[in-house]
Amino acid sequence: MIGVGNAYRRDDAAGLVAGRRLAEAAAGRVTVREAPGEGAALLDAWEGAGLVILIDAVRSGARAGTVRRVDARAEPVPAGFFRYSTHAFGVAEAVELGRALGRLPDRLIVFGIEGKDFTAGVGLSPAVERGVARVVRRALAEIDAAGAGRGPRSQEG
Amino acid sequence: MKSRTRTIKVDALARVEGEGALYVQVKGDQVQEVRLRIYEPPRFFEAFLRGRRFVEAPDLTSRICGICPVAYQMSACAAMEDACGVQVDDRIRALRRLLYCGEWIESHALHIYMLHAPDFLGYAGVIPMARDHPQVVERGLRLKKVGNDLMTLIGGREVHPINERVGGFYRAPARREFAEIADRLRWARDAALETVRWVATFPCPEFTQDYEFVSLRQPGEYPIDRGRIVSDRGLDIDVWEYRHHFAEEHVPHSNALHSRLLARGAYFVGPLARYSLNAGALSPIARDAAREAGLGAVCRNPFQSIVVRAIETLYACDEALRLIDAYEPPDPPAADVPPRAGIGHGCTEAPRGILYHRYTIDDEGGIADATIIPPTSQNQAQIEADLRRLVQASLALPNDELTWRCEQAVRNYDPCISCATHFLTLHIERA
Repeated sequence: MIGVGNAYRRDDAAGLVAGRRLAEAAAGRVTVREAPGEGAALLDAWEGAGLVILIDAVRSGARAGTVRRVDARAEPVPAGFFRYSTHAFGVAEAVELGRALGRLPDRLIVFGIEGKDFTAGVGLSPAVERGVARVVRRALAEIDAAGAGRGPRSQEG
Repeated sequence: MKSRTRTIKVDALARVEGEGALYVQVKGDQVQEVRLRIYEPPRFFEAFLRGRRFVEAPDLTSRICGICPVAYQMSACAAMEDACGVQVDDRIRALRRLLYCGEWIESHALHIYMLHAPDFLGYAGVIPMARDHPQVVERGLRLKKVGNDLMTLIGGREVHPINERVGGFYRAPARREFAEIADRLRWARDAALETVRWVATFPCPEFTQDYEFVSLRQPGEYPIDRGRIVSDRGLDIDVWEYRHHFAEEHVPHSNALHSRLLARGAYFVGPLARYSLNAGALSPIARDAAREAGLGAVCRNPFQSIVVRAIETLYACDEALRLIDAYEPPDPPAADVPPRAGIGHGCTEAPRGILYHRYTIDDEGGIADATIIPPTSQNQAQIEADLRRLVQASLALPNDELTWRCEQAVRNYDPCISCATHFLTLHIERA
C-alpha cells in the first residue's frame, strides 16, 4: 500500500493518514510506504509487488470526502485527477508511464479521496476524515479478497 | 502588407516545475510583446526566515524546491559560515560536493529525459515517448535514481535531505558505505555517456545568441560548490560583491523578481554558462564527450543546453567517483560555528545556475534579514529575450509549430518556477 501526500498541506495528507490506519488494521499483511507523489519514485515504490493499493487526495470538484476507485490495470487514471504536483509528474503520469514501460504491478487499485483544504497546516477536514475511514474499510476488503481468491501474497517490494 | 495580429498563448506551461504561462503578441511582422507570466503564488520565504535562528536556514530554505534542495542547503550554509567567519575543512567540502553531484545527476536526468527530450523527438510528453523508446526512458529513470540514491546515502533522504547543517554534517558516512553506490555510479557514467551521444543526434534549431554568461569559477575545478562570480564580459567578483553588480526588480506580469546586471541588463545562468566559462575544467571523459558531440569551447545555442546538461551529468558521475575514491570521513563531521553579528553571502551552482543567499544575523544568531536569488529569477529576462528573437525569426511557422518551438525554448532553461516565486514585494495602499 502506498500513501501519497504532503503531511503539511491539510487534506493533501489523506493518503498518508489512510496508510497509517491501514498499517494498524492489517498489521503483518501489508507493507505500507509513504511517497510525496513524485512520479519516478512511485515506479520504484511498487516494483515487484503483486497487489498495490495507492491512496492519494484528489481535487476534482466533487464533494469533500468523496471516494473514487480506479482499477489502474483496466482503465487509465484520469489526468488532472490528483492534486497536481509542482514536479509536473505525479500519480496519474507515473501510472501511465508504468503502463507504457510494462512496469505496473499485477493489480493496482488507486483510491482518490476528494479533499477540500490544501492550504498549509496539519489536520484533515471532518468530511475527509470520514472519506479516509471508508477507504481503509474498502482497502481491507481488497486485501481480504486478494488473500482469499489468490492465496497469500508477498507485499515486499 | 496588411497588418494582422497574431497571438501565441500557452495558459499553463507543461513540463516545467511550477505554474507559469506564456504570452506573445505579433502585429504584422513585428513581435510586440513577450511575457513569461509566472502566476504561481508567492511564497514569502525571505520574510518568514526573519527571526529564525541562523542554523535553521539550510533546512527551511531547502523546502523551496523538491528538485534542488541541496543547492539551497549549500548556499545557506556557505552564507552562514561566511557571516560567522568559519571555513570548513577540505573533507567536509568534498562530502558536500559529492552530495551536490547526486543532485545534479537526478535533476539533469529528470529534465533531459522526462521534460526536454520529448520536444526534440516530436512527442507531447514522456509517456508517448516511452511507448516508442522504452529502453531509453528506463535508462533515464535509472540514471535519475542513482543520483537520488547518492543523495539519500549522504543526506538521509532523497527529497529535502536532513543530514546537512551549518558547519558540515550531522553524521559522516563510513568509506565502506559508498561501495555499492560506486558500482552503480560506474554504470551511471556509462549511461550518461550514452545520453550525450543520444541527445547529440537530436535535430537542433539554428539559434545562436550573443549572451552574457554568468557562473562561478574556481581554479582547477568545474564550478559546483564555490568560486568567484564571473562572466564573459569582464565581470569577476567575490560573492560578497554580488549586490553591487546585480539588481532585482518587480515586473507586473510575474510573481518572480527579474534580475539584471546593473551594467548591462539581462544575463544567462545555468549549464550553458557554466560550460562556456569553464569547459577546460571538465574531467577528460566529459571533455572528450563534448568534443565528440560537436560542442566547441563555448556554446551559444540554448537548444544545445540538453547536450550540455548531458555532459554535466557525465561529469557529475565521474566527479562523484573521484570524490568517493579519495573520501576520508570528516572527523568531526561538522565545524563549530559560533554565531556573531554580521552579513554573510553564499553562492553555489544549482543545477539551473547560480543560487545566491545573503543573510544578516545578530550576535546571538537570529536572522534579521534574508535575500535569496534563485537561477530562474536570473534567467527570466533572458528567456523573454530569447522568445522575442525566436518568434521574430520563425514567423513563417504555423501557430501550432511556433507555439511548440516557444515552449521548447522556455524549457531550454529548465525553469523552476516554484523556486523563483519565493518573494514578492507587497505594498498596501490606504486611502
